[in-house]
Amino acid sequence: MLDSTPKEMIQRKVGLINPAKTCQPIGAMYAALGIYRCLPHSHGSQGCCSYHRSHLTRHFRDPIMASSSSFTEGASVFGGGANLKTSIKNVFEIYDPDIMAVHTTCLTETIGDDIPSILSTAEVPEGKRVIYASTPSYVGSHITGFSNMTTGMVNCLVEPGEKEKKEQVNVLPGFVNPGDMREIKRMLKELGIKFIMFPDTTGVVDSPMTGRYQMFPRGGARVKDIQDSGSSKFTIALGFFASSEAAFLLDRKCSVPPVVLRTPVGIKATDEFLMTLRNRFIQDIPYELEEERGQLVDIMTDTHFHFHGRKVALFGDPDMLTAMTEFLLSLGMIPAYVLTGSPGALFEKEINTMLKAAGVEGKVRAAGDLFELHQWIKNGPVDLLIGNTYGKYIARAEDIPFVRLGFPVMDRSVHSYLPVVGYRGAMRLIEMISGALLDRADRDAAEEDFELVM
Amino acid sequence: MGLHEKDLNAIFERYPAKVRRNRKKHILVVKDTSQERQQIEANTRTIPGIITTRGCAFAGCKGVVLGPLKDMVHIVHGPVGCGYYAWLTRRNKARAEDPKKNFLHYCVTTDMQESDIVFGGEKKLSGMIDEVVEIFKPNAITVSATCPVGLIGDDINAIAREAQEKHKIPILAFSCEGYKGVSQSAGHHIANNGLMEGIVGQGEMTEPPHRFSINLLGEYNIGGDSWEIDRILQGIGYYLVAPMTGDGSFETLKNAHVAELNLVQCHRSINYIAEMLETKYGTPWLKVNFIGIQNTIDSLRDMALYFGDRELTQRTEEFIARELAMIEPVMEQYKKICQGKTAFCFVGGSRGHHYQGLFGEMGMDTVLAGYEFAHRDDYEGREIIPDIKLDADSRNIPDLKVTPDKELFRLKITPEKKKELQDKIPLSNYQGMIQEMKDGSLVVDDLNHFETEEFIRLLKPDLFASGVKDKYVAQKMGIPSKQLHSYDYSGPYEGFRGAVKFAEDVAMGFVSPTWNFILPPWKKDPL
Ligand code: SF4
Ligand code: SF4
Repeated sequence: MLDSTPKEMIQRKVGLINPAKTCQPIGAMYAALGIYRCLPHSHGSQGCCSYHRSHLTRHFRDPIMASSSSFTEGASVFGGGANLKTSIKNVFEIYDPDIMAVHTTCLTETIGDDIPSILSTAEVPEGKRVIYASTPSYVGSHITGFSNMTTGMVNCLVEPGEKEKKEQVNVLPGFVNPGDMREIKRMLKELGIKFIMFPDTTGVVDSPMTGRYQMFPRGGARVKDIQDSGSSKFTIALGFFASSEAAFLLDRKCSVPPVVLRTPVGIKATDEFLMTLRNRFIQDIPYELEEERGQLVDIMTDTHFHFHGRKVALFGDPDMLTAMTEFLLSLGMIPAYVLTGSPGALFEKEINTMLKAAGVEGKVRAAGDLFELHQWIKNGPVDLLIGNTYGKYIARAEDIPFVRLGFPVMDRSVHSYLPVVGYRGAMRLIEMISGALLDRADRDAAEEDFELVM
Repeated sequence: MGLHEKDLNAIFERYPAKVRRNRKKHILVVKDTSQERQQIEANTRTIPGIITTRGCAFAGCKGVVLGPLKDMVHIVHGPVGCGYYAWLTRRNKARAEDPKKNFLHYCVTTDMQESDIVFGGEKKLSGMIDEVVEIFKPNAITVSATCPVGLIGDDINAIAREAQEKHKIPILAFSCEGYKGVSQSAGHHIANNGLMEGIVGQGEMTEPPHRFSINLLGEYNIGGDSWEIDRILQGIGYYLVAPMTGDGSFETLKNAHVAELNLVQCHRSINYIAEMLETKYGTPWLKVNFIGIQNTIDSLRDMALYFGDRELTQRTEEFIARELAMIEPVMEQYKKICQGKTAFCFVGGSRGHHYQGLFGEMGMDTVLAGYEFAHRDDYEGREIIPDIKLDADSRNIPDLKVTPDKELFRLKITPEKKKELQDKIPLSNYQGMIQEMKDGSLVVDDLNHFETEEFIRLLKPDLFASGVKDKYVAQKMGIPSKQLHSYDYSGPYEGFRGAVKFAEDVAMGFVSPTWNFILPPWKKDPL
């Protein structure tokens, strides 16, 4: 497995070997699925759209619908205006969504199709909407694409609302699973706070089996709610990379102050999330949440000796990683290598600050790839690897226990339904981590050391 | 079964006029196939806005044909996405004697950035080639271009040539930008041309290493398919020179010219090479199908006929008898479950046809079949190739003209012998899918999402066999669904053992108790 990856570090200057990121449109497509009755539309050649749908389908194991402008060579030379207009006509006539969310691909970005001006002359049926985002794949990553489409929602849907703000909060959950969005919504409901979440993919990519297929299931943020987000008291952007742009734009457009927080993974980030809400709405935290927190701390204390001091390598998307690094530190673990494929100097700075404060030595890298991560591990082994499905090759090559987290997880099921955010999510993470480590301990134990009770 | 014209028209009515005119040509109800040939439109542009399952030329070139070659490093020149999605997603397996010469688990991309789009990505590509050579020391390298590369005009051919000079290993460039052609099909063609020009015939061999030397073309070893075929062929006494391309390698492909016969499994993806091998080296090709028991048997018998060797024929029959004795009783139990059920069969280039025999053996009727990116000949047979009008999109894919190789051309069988054989076996011929379909069944080219939903409602198939993008659509309707591209992480499905595995998986889909829970009890028993 990965036998050609040498131990000695090689100075590489160009390209990626085994990327830890992918391109913008898939993030944009996922975000667009978080609007009720929305059909994402990929403006470019159909191959991209096909790849993005397949990949999302593999992660969620649910139908992922999206249309494409289906470019051929001609459109690439003469521009894609005609293709986009035909698409809009056909999409509304045949599939009848309430809204279409157009994103570009590297092709249409390269030829310079001007989406707003094409849209201004397109025939959009009464009562229907078309929103858009520019998502060139040669900039950023799928996280940038997610952020751009979320920003596109604000850009195209939100109007500068009333000066008078309502007692409600906007929550931008970032690139997380529907299971996480559900959990965030549950916490908000426990708090009794009125909120608007977008994008919200719950009920869309985890829709129930009913024996009837619905192209547009019940879930997703309602357009009128997104429009109303301009009147909210403030916005919580969860995850700097995936959510802050949209929150900032909402502030510029409608004077809704943004608060950028970490994705609420682990105890500290969840505390911060709840404290922000409590302080702004001047409200008590209900006992139910306090009880959960107490249970989590109980579990952390009960189990700390299983992982304290263990070295972990983790890779994935920046927002998830910053939160997860913090949680690992709270468990007494050592995040020895933290690598994201997405570019971002800020990411490196933030993680380094965290590690330093904890007195932990670790390597941190933005815009890295799995080849590099693997080389680090070869030079300094770790006890645990955390990352998406692609990590399984490194885990096997180096025989490291492996916990699947992030996007995409294509070789396991159920993960997208269950949260990793909030106190309950943290419990689940501990279960996964200690399970992986203890399974390994059992596997490696000599017969005489194989124990029944801990 | 059988579909009423009026139901079909009701579906068409829901389309805008232009779309209706277009789609009508891509759908036909099979009528008396012995009487006349029915015409279907294929390999034309997808209508913008239509939710298709088709991919792009890059997917066909790097994803399908080049990707499985294990001892080459495949560099994708473009932004990160294309390379990333083509990384291990086809389930094409490979074993390498030297683990340092199996690069399938690596995904190499130039990850073009904005500045590369503005100033060109040529430097980056040649830098990447240098690094790849240094790190992996591969036997050869491929470079595949994605959409923006063609647009900004990076000369990947020139870069590959220079790098080849410098590193003294073959470096092949493929201009398979995603917008070329109308589907993956364009990419298959581009890949075929490149392999033919850059690899085949470069090996040292001039004579076949064995009397019954063959190549296996258009077999991608999904879920280990070609290992099952290998087992069968070896068991009978054939020698596989070059598998193409599943579990294939640069090293074996070089000598593909010496084989006595080329077997073609997936016609669509590789018929170009098959043709070129015949012209250039004098090796005929035989259309085989190793999916389904009878198909496998027929293919083996056709091969034996081709070689016309008594012992080989006898070994073939013995092998078949042995295998049948082993699998028939097992198949019987699955047949009981599957008997009388119907299937949809919509897949890429060949499986839409190939699986129908196996379904039949399981007692199932195929009520609708189609291809994602076929050409008319895949439906109607090769004889119509001269009638196919080339449109602008196909003309853009260069046809590689080959001539008999001065040194290596060797007529493997005489023209007389060939003629004689052609009456008995599909030598240099493929009859197409429609021929074998039952009257009243439906053939749909480039089936789209809307039609999928409508046809499922109309025909109520018991099984939906397709790819990952539409799999869960059918399943949400309560219809068991089988991925025929990637097999739902199962397989192999080819050959004798594969047929059993397939029947087992499909039967499992039917009998799974999970379907019984769809309706909650309070819906069944209202207050
Ligand atoms: S990188 Fe560009 S061409 Fe490739 S899949 Fe992504 S959007 Fe499409
Ligand atoms: S059988 Fe289909 S999916 Fe497979 S390679 Fe051929 S065309 Fe592609």
